[in-house]
Amino acid sequence: MALAIEARDLRRTYRTRTGWLNPRRVEIDAVRGVDLDVRRGELFGLLGPNGAGKTTTIKMLNTLLIPSSGSARVCGFDVVSQTREVRRRIGYVFGGDRGLYDRLSALDNLRYFAELYGVPAARQKRRIGELLELVGLTGRERERVEGYSRGMRQRLHIARGLLHEPEVLFLDEPSIGVDPVAARELRNTVAGLAATGTTVLLTTHYMAEAEELCDRIAVIAGGEIQALGTADELKHHAEGRRVLEVQAFGVSDSQLAGIDVLPGVRESSVDIVGTAQVLTVQSDATVDVQADVLRLLDGVRLGRVTARQPTLEDAYVAIVGRSPVEVAA
Amino acid sequence: MSVLRLIGRGTLLHVKQLSRSQFEIATALFVPLVQATLAVYLFRAGSEPHRLLEAAVGAGMMAVWSSVLFGSGGAIQNQRWQGTLEMLMLAPRPPALLVFPITLATAVTGTYAMIATLLWGGLVYRIPLDVADPLAFAVSVPAAILGLGMFGLLLASTFVLLPNANAINNTLEYPIWLVSGMLVPITVLPGWTGPIGAVLPTTWAARAVRESVTGSGPVWPSLGVCLALSFVCLVAGALVMSYVERRARANATLALA
Repeated sequence: MALAIEARDLRRTYRTRTGWLNPRRVEIDAVRGVDLDVRRGELFGLLGPNGAGKTTTIKMLNTLLIPSSGSARVCGFDVVSQTREVRRRIGYVFGGDRGLYDRLSALDNLRYFAELYGVPAARQKRRIGELLELVGLTGRERERVEGYSRGMRQRLHIARGLLHEPEVLFLDEPSIGVDPVAARELRNTVAGLAATGTTVLLTTHYMAEAEELCDRIAVIAGGEIQALGTADELKHHAEGRRVLEVQAFGVSDSQLAGIDVLPGVRESSVDIVGTAQVLTVQSDATVDVQADVLRLLDGVRLGRVTARQPTLEDAYVAIVGRSPVEVAA
Repeated sequence: MSVLRLIGRGTLLHVKQLSRSQFEIATALFVPLVQATLAVYLFRAGSEPHRLLEAAVGAGMMAVWSSVLFGSGGAIQNQRWQGTLEMLMLAPRPPALLVFPITLATAVTGTYAMIATLLWGGLVYRIPLDVADPLAFAVSVPAAILGLGMFGLLLASTFVLLPNANAINNTLEYPIWLVSGMLVPITVLPGWTGPIGAVLPTTWAARAVRESVTGSGPVWPSLGVCLALSFVCLVAGALVMSYVERRARANATLALA
């Protein structure tokens, strides 16, 4: 099996200093022994909550960070000792507004990075044209980046990451802050890349994105891989559970705490959707908690109440919920 | 060839980026007015009004030096703030090749200030642009700028290692003007400043430009020493830059967060 990415017991500890009069050294283990094998041409997802170690892992794999211990190879090259060989073969795209020369045009940015990434001069013009077409920026390439929307910037990031036709593309939360239409276009672009044989390592905390795109998904929390498999395989982590969803308006923290300790309840959470709250309660499949939950919500205005089978998101909540999320200090 | 292309395109990009900053434009246009005024009154007070052009050119060199000092000194920090440092460092190139175009660009944008100084000198103080050796002047100014750009790489790479680089930037600006003889001749300075000035590319750059303006000496030896010292700075800067890059990857300081 040809591997594009292999990591063995990858660890990264950040050392910081806090306090002024009485400085104290603090060590934070951001990644604690990650093992990964990503096959060539695979679209691999790394899913996890904020602070789980996703970005740190990706930055060790793309040579921006040196691991504290362990080893990793990309396209067969060591990420610490064969940095330049690795960099020739990878692209990196991260989410957000930064990382571009804002006062310059998209064309200026792409020309410069094409030169930096070693795209032959004779190929540059055609390659930049292809990529502008791919990300839908043709006709806007001479405008200054500072006037671009977030979605346009994100597409420009992707075009830059692909300039040198990398074998492995690292996408670090590329759809963060992007509107739904732009996010869908982004997913289509990523799927298209994988179809042409580019290996993609995608970090995200959008379940739908991971489920739609990824061949396999690793769930990372507390700096460790908690589960690894296809989306369907991961859903087994929520087996033996049922999910109750209640649309509500005004659920208090104390009511939520009461639901948490009901017999049979495994997890509960509240998301805000528009003006409403959506209360999600996972319980043992053998226990029907609906009546107890509705009793505890007495006095709260309720909307739709639905019982359903667990989704990937429920599996993710179950996996992350049982992991020791807090990292050692 | 591809290295020269990279340096050329990189310098052009960073010059464009710097030139579109309103702060940079305002600084390049108005600070020279202050410096030209200082220089002109200094020379008039010193009963050497015939050397006003020399004063204006010296003030222009001061502006180039300020641009290099602050631009190069903060080059890496600025890229970090923009979020572009990681993207630069991911390129499969030696780190020095990624930063040198930035420091060269700061020297090039410094020439705006040089031109502005000469224009202000002509418009406000009626200083004629009567250069003794125009060819040598036309060569020595770009060569001096190239030299200062190379010196800038050493500044950029060493300053990033220092926790209080901004404070050091501020304290270096005036002393280097002085010991390099940009404003007043080195001969009027205390003897102990001589060896310091002699190892600075700024001294030889200022001297070459002054010699081309006044015809007081052969320009090419001074220019040669300037470029040789600058090249040493470039090599030293490249070595330090590789060390800095590895250290930044170990300490996780390439990104802001």
